[in-house]
Amino acid sequence: MPGTEALKQNRKTIVIMGCGRVGGKLAAMVDAAGHKVTVLDIDAYSFRRLPPTFSGTALIGNGTDEEMLRKAGIESAHAFIALTQGDNRNVMAAQIAKHVFKVPRVICRIYDPLRKDIYEQLGLESISPTEVFADLLFNRLEKI
Amino acid sequence: MKSLYIVIVGGGNIGYYLSKALLNLGHEVLIIERDVKKCERLEDELGSCCLRGDGCETVVLTEAGLNRADVLIATTSHDEDNLVSCQVAKYRFKVPRTIALVNNPNNDVTFRKLGIDATISVTNTILEHVEQEIPVHPLIHLLTMSGHMEEVIELLITKDSPALGKSIGQLKLPQDTTIALIMREGERPKIPSPDAVFKENDRIIALTTPDSEKTLEKILLS
Repeated sequence: MPGTEALKQNRKTIVIMGCGRVGGKLAAMVDAAGHKVTVLDIDAYSFRRLPPTFSGTALIGNGTDEEMLRKAGIESAHAFIALTQGDNRNVMAAQIAKHVFKVPRVICRIYDPLRKDIYEQLGLESISPTEVFADLLFNRLEKI
Repeated sequence: MKSLYIVIVGGGNIGYYLSKALLNLGHEVLIIERDVKKCERLEDELGSCCLRGDGCETVVLTEAGLNRADVLIATTSHDEDNLVSCQVAKYRFKVPRTIALVNNPNNDVTFRKLGIDATISVTNTILEHVEQEIPVHPLIHLLTMSGHMEEVIELLITKDSPALGKSIGQLKLPQDTTIALIMREGERPKIPSPDAVFKENDRIIALTTPDSEKTLEKILLS
């Protein structure tokens, strides 16, 4: 396979918290791209979203718990993505990953745009799906 | 005493009794609670002092007049909610003091690393009391300094202690640790000099950090 060698060198360790629709899909994509993925969820039933080809690790546990994050390999992770349904859970886990474990790249989903602004100002890389989707719809409406 | 404006997030048992006590002390108190029924019950009991809403939302906190609040206390049963309430209060509204209830005792240290002024862990508090109730326990936590990563502990030098007969200067104590007092039966407690020698049954009061506590325990108690 072309590029296999290059991929091996660029193989990153990614920890994803939350195996919902987005978390599950992202985990599958990152895994298919050849990276080492660990996906965390408090509900084992969520892992049904992972494809049968998934070669990463699925771990039951709470990502706001330092001990659990250690088990998930956070100490050697290149990136951490917080994707649970709870804004506050995401914010807490992302801050632990960034400030306690010094993960080089941390991305946090925050539905509430106001809360997202605050945490962005505090230096947390955050995305508000609410904002992104509203923008997308607005742009489409403009073209009507 | 100066009357403070105190905002409490969470109208559960802790929020309720805390508000009642603070109101009695003459402070101005506002409780933010999501649940309508709880809000109604609080208002029946305590008068008009409850705002219905999510204590993590900027809009609700603005309505609560948070920019003139002296203290915010987050008392919900969800640690992540308590963390966010306190952080939003601190960084967005510049509330001078934020206090978070911590349900998972491990979050005690984590929260302080993330900028919360003071944390209260019910589990740790009970544990400390248990330690103090058991006289044979060699290391007792007396106090955790709010805002700092420092704690005051008490240790008892027993006949098996590796520090017995040695002076403070001889022992390689951690940098961030200070032996503050030596208490000896029949003597006045004294602030030790570096050549003070440990004797059996000495009770030591030391200032240390959670990180150095284990090392200190090893040096003094084995």
